[in-house]
Amino acid sequence: MRGDLVGSMVEVDDVAVAFRDGRSTTTVLDGLSLHVERDEVVCLLGPSGCGKSTLLRCLAGLRAPDRGEVRLRGEPVRGVPDGLGVVFQDYGRSLLPWSTVARNVEFGLAADLDRSTRRARTEEALEAVGLADAAGRRPGQLSGGMQQRVAIARALARRPDLLLMDEPFASVDALTRADLEDLLVRVRREYAMTVVLVTHDIDESIYLADRVVVLSPRPAAVVADLAVGLPRERDQIATRESEVFVHLRAQAAELLRSGLSRSGAHHGHPGVGERGERGPVVGVGDDPGDGVQREHLER
Amino acid sequence: MEPRVGGGLVTRPLVRWGVFALVVVVWELVARAAGSAFFPPPTAIAQVGWRTWFSGPAVLTEAAWADVVPSVLRVVVGWGLSAVIGIAVGLLLGRSRRAGEYLAPLLAFARALPPPVLIPVFVILFAAGTPMQLAVIVFGTVWPVLLNTADGARGVDPVTMDTAEVYRVTGFRRLRRVILPAAAPRIVAGLRVSLSLALILMVVSELMASTSGLGHQLVVAQRGFDFPAMWAAIVLLGVVGYALNAALLGVERRALGRSTG
Ligand SMILES: Nc1ncnc2c1ncn2[C@@H]1O[C@H](COP(=O)(O)OP(=O)(O)OP(=O)(O)O)[C@@H](O)[C@H]1O
Ligand SMILES: [Mg+2]
Repeated sequence: MRGDLVGSMVEVDDVAVAFRDGRSTTTVLDGLSLHVERDEVVCLLGPSGCGKSTLLRCLAGLRAPDRGEVRLRGEPVRGVPDGLGVVFQDYGRSLLPWSTVARNVEFGLAADLDRSTRRARTEEALEAVGLADAAGRRPGQLSGGMQQRVAIARALARRPDLLLMDEPFASVDALTRADLEDLLVRVRREYAMTVVLVTHDIDESIYLADRVVVLSPRPAAVVADLAVGLPRERDQIATRESEVFVHLRAQAAELLRSGLSRSGAHHGHPGVGERGERGPVVGVGDDPGDGVQREHLER
Repeated sequence: MEPRVGGGLVTRPLVRWGVFALVVVVWELVARAAGSAFFPPPTAIAQVGWRTWFSGPAVLTEAAWADVVPSVLRVVVGWGLSAVIGIAVGLLLGRSRRAGEYLAPLLAFARALPPPVLIPVFVILFAAGTPMQLAVIVFGTVWPVLLNTADGARGVDPVTMDTAEVYRVTGFRRLRRVILPAAAPRIVAGLRVSLSLALILMVVSELMASTSGLGHQLVVAQRGFDFPAMWAAIVLLGVVGYALNAALLGVERRALGRSTG
């Protein structure tokens, strides 16, 4: 679709995923298309249960879509691609409780790296997330926010060029959350990375992203694609008070709500969910003029 | 909630062993008062045991080398073989869904067979002797390790497995860093059950068909109406069992407490 574009990192092309459980089938993604540029931070903003984690699993090559294609750097994804870092929604379960923090971080490093490089990378990543002192402790001895930082350090130690994060800050308190958000803003600048971050927090998505993609309830479709015209330098107070931010927040909230109400009308619509049929959801796909709302707000 | 008073008292080893000593003293007094030839007092049993096994030139007597050492070796080697086979096959079954499904009924049946019933079969196959006893012990004790390991390996958190997948931790490295540590508590539980079973099967197989070992010694003493010797064999079997369990517990504490990753 856009494989010819220079700098294209992720392309999701008409992807559909359904879970079959005995007789019932749950369509989670139905013809979703999405596009992420290199070095871009894109937040996927959608209501709970709409299929965000499923989409991320497809990007990570952990699940093959039933239809459509996911491409990374123009190459179709088959299995887990190279240069990937993932922070799972359930970070507690993705850490190894029997290994130390340092060993957990080192777990993310390629097996063929030599010992001293491994140690250096591990230390550097723990330093970056402010956990250098906790290297010898076990995940169980850490707070939720610290565990989350271990998971982030593990992803960073790998020096990924694509970082996938699934609601990474959802289960920490507001202060820790602000810290972790700023951590991401900072490391994202230090390591050149493309970031796809899933959240259902409107403020967070705008604060972190270059672009916010608003998704509809299940089956997730792109409702809107908002360019965040904020400078890359962000500040927890000033940014959140800026006019652009406030405006975007209102807009995103409106779009989320409209997605919800549309999904109400969605039920019972004949033909929805069939192959090629896109249903009444406005704005599936990423070609301009296809109905996706695009906003480019500059400061 | 544990009652605070007394809770601390009971857990103190001194108190626990005090109760043990008390029971032995009572047994001694009752046995002396009764004066039955079938129930010699503990001091008499200890004397016989000491004389038979521990009064040799290098502590152990010739009888000890003939009775105790073969028994202990059979338990340890049989159980060790079970551990290796059980863990290896268990990991395979736990991580391969197809293998697990195909073999489940077979395993359920094999596990349900009471292991001693196979002693006659193994006697024919191997003749009475150590290979027969090892076969009985292995066949009887492999199931708890195998099934527990399979369960443990199957139960690795899917998010953890996804993490390993994403970070390309595969093959032996995944086994060592993820699957084995995740399954370790279950494996250890299986090993503990197997060790108790191995002791039982060692004795049973020695009682039924053997020319050496503590079980054999027990039968010989019983047939010769040498009741103190019979009791001494029984007590020594208890001691051996206790020592092996304690050793396993020690290894387990260190293995599970230490960093495995
Ligand atoms: N393995 C599975 N089997 C069956 N149904 C599944 C499976 N995984 C997800 N689903 C269903 O797919 C839908 C989307 O799940 P998903 O986890 O992608 O949502 P999400 O947007 O990440 O939600 P949340 O915000 O709560 O994390 C849910 O309705 C869920 O019940
Ligand atoms: Mg999710």
